[in-house]
Amino acid sequence: MSDLILSPNIDKVDDFYAELLAAHEGLEKADSDALNARLVLVLANHVGDSVVLSDAIRAAALADN
Amino acid sequence: MNKIFETPLYGYERSPDQDSPTPVRRKVIVIGAGPVGLAAAIDLAQHGVEVVVLDENDKVSFGSRAICFSQRTLEIADRLGCGHRLVDKGVLWDRGKVFFDDRQVYDFNLQPDEGYANPAFINLQQYHFEDYFVQRVRELQAEGAPIEIRGRNKVDAIGTHQDHVRLEVETPEGPYTVEAEWLIACDGATSPTRRMLGIDFEGRVFEDNFLIADVIMDADFPSERWFWFDPPFNRGQSALLHKQPDNVWRIDLQLGWDIDKEREKRPENVIPRLKAMLGDDVEFQLEWVSIYTFQCRRMESFCKGRVLFAGDSAHQVSPFGARGANSGLQDTDNLCWKLKLVLDGKAPESLLDSYNTERVQGADENIQKSSRSTDFITPKSEMSRVLRDAVLDLSEQYEFARPLVNSGRLSQPCTYDGSSLNSADALDGPAETRPGSACPDAPLGDEFLLPKLAGKFTLLTIDADAPDTLEEDGVEVTRLALSVKDDLTLALKRRYLGDATSAVYLIRPDQHVAARRDSYEENSFRHAIRRACGKE
Ligand SMILES: Cc1cc2nc3c(=O)[nH]c(=O)nc-3n(C[C@H](O)[C@H](O)[C@H](O)COP(=O)(O)OP(=O)(O)OC[C@H]3O[C@@H](n4cnc5c(N)ncnc54)[C@H](O)[C@@H]3O)c2cc1C
Repeated sequence: MSDLILSPNIDKVDDFYAELLAAHEGLEKADSDALNARLVLVLANHVGDSVVLSDAIRAAALADN
Repeated sequence: MNKIFETPLYGYERSPDQDSPTPVRRKVIVIGAGPVGLAAAIDLAQHGVEVVVLDENDKVSFGSRAICFSQRTLEIADRLGCGHRLVDKGVLWDRGKVFFDDRQVYDFNLQPDEGYANPAFINLQQYHFEDYFVQRVRELQAEGAPIEIRGRNKVDAIGTHQDHVRLEVETPEGPYTVEAEWLIACDGATSPTRRMLGIDFEGRVFEDNFLIADVIMDADFPSERWFWFDPPFNRGQSALLHKQPDNVWRIDLQLGWDIDKEREKRPENVIPRLKAMLGDDVEFQLEWVSIYTFQCRRMESFCKGRVLFAGDSAHQVSPFGARGANSGLQDTDNLCWKLKLVLDGKAPESLLDSYNTERVQGADENIQKSSRSTDFITPKSEMSRVLRDAVLDLSEQYEFARPLVNSGRLSQPCTYDGSSLNSADALDGPAETRPGSACPDAPLGDEFLLPKLAGKFTLLTIDADAPDTLEEDGVEVTRLALSVKDDLTLALKRRYLGDATSAVYLIRPDQHVAARRDSYEENSFRHAIRRACGKE
């Protein structure tokens, strides 16, 4: 039983998405990749729980449902 | 050149075995007087088992080798009577810096964990380590222990038989034949024993070259561990600097696998790199420069009839995390008490199968940990490099990312989870002392716990009753009765009780937990003793 939230949970979802795009605007591909990688790590640290993280990796791989 | 490399430590002497008309049969022969062979021999001799060590050489190991020895190694060395020598001479350090590209990303100060007799690790040249272990052999000999080292005795051929092994040994005065009931092959990474028995060395995980330089610096250069990821002076690779005793610093430069070794070793190529690392104004002298190739692999099985493999002969890892000698000492720690019981007829030969399973587990853990360090240090794909660089960039500003930085993890003793020698956990106690774990130390007034658990089966009771001694099928167990009332630092409670109010632990001669419950129950502990000796 995991606590990974897969139902809608993001506040102000359009604002968040726009902010994410804006953060990447004007970046070279390499810098964008680096930004994404840093973001994943920051969020992973916020989550912390290894079970949730494993489930999140699996969910992102679209391997499970 | 350092004199210690040239002085024979165990010069050749003629043995009566060379003049015997029929081959003499020894109890145990150890091939190799490296750190692992010496540890095996001392351990067996302390158990009263006759042991002969054969080494083709007569000196300490040559050049730059191991420098970082872990707490568990120091604890084992304590049991072997040489721990204090190592700690007295070794360098303790707790500060370090991490560099990425052309800048320092952070520095750290490892807070020592309280309540252990030994530090988390020390830095010490392998030749000092070997020298101290040979001194211990001499001490045991003076006490009349049945231990002997034969220098310049090169094993040339091995014949294996049902109940013994036959060795052809080459000496400066010609060959002789000697037999052993058991042979322990501690003959290093290129193990001639392995080759002579035609055994494959399985599973090469990766290969890498390192330029290892030991430099002498008189200036008061700080006693810190410095690690560089992808520095300008060694692009795409790593570099490491740390301190050894006698003003010697170790420098490891990773070179990758496809390199021209002779070229890289030339002083005109080495010195500019070192200056780029240390700063132009730092004066240094080269003590030693060599290039090593490392691989990660292990034998499929560490036991082959009457031949037992330990140390580098059985497994090899890359140098990240200092696991070679450290894991080799855990091998012999695991093996010797078992061999003693088998030799005494107190345990079946099959007990030695558990040496194989437990130490293969240890080797796999070490290979996994050093492979993970390697994957971080030398990313294998574009995205793994992106993620690695992201960790390093974040670590400059945010503390959270620093634990992700993997420049080699400290060697920790293996917990033998799932071993057939363990009994089911019957205590609601801390995970760190579950069956299979190496006992953590704890202060007991002016003394410490581990020396009281050395070399024999112990029933450790904490606020619980139990008989003072117990014998099960020839195996003796002695009680060590402790109470949290005397546990001023609460380390004993924290490490052995957790939420429980009392506990009884059955502890193996190698200080690993075999069984635990909240109280003494004769029947279950008798079973646990039998299990721990491979009888169930
Ligand atoms: C640069 C470097 C850095 C390292 N750093 C660390 C570290 O920080 N920490 C750590 O724990 N480990 C480290 N290691 C690994 C460590 O040096 C080895 O794991 C350790 O020496 C293995 O000990 P051993 O006794 O198994 O084998 P060895 O030390 O290799 O000893 C084998 C012995 O067998 C003898 N022998 C071989 N063939 C025969 C024969 N036919 N007859 C008789 N005798 C024979 C040899 O003369 C030798 O004395 C490092 C290694 C290197 C190269």
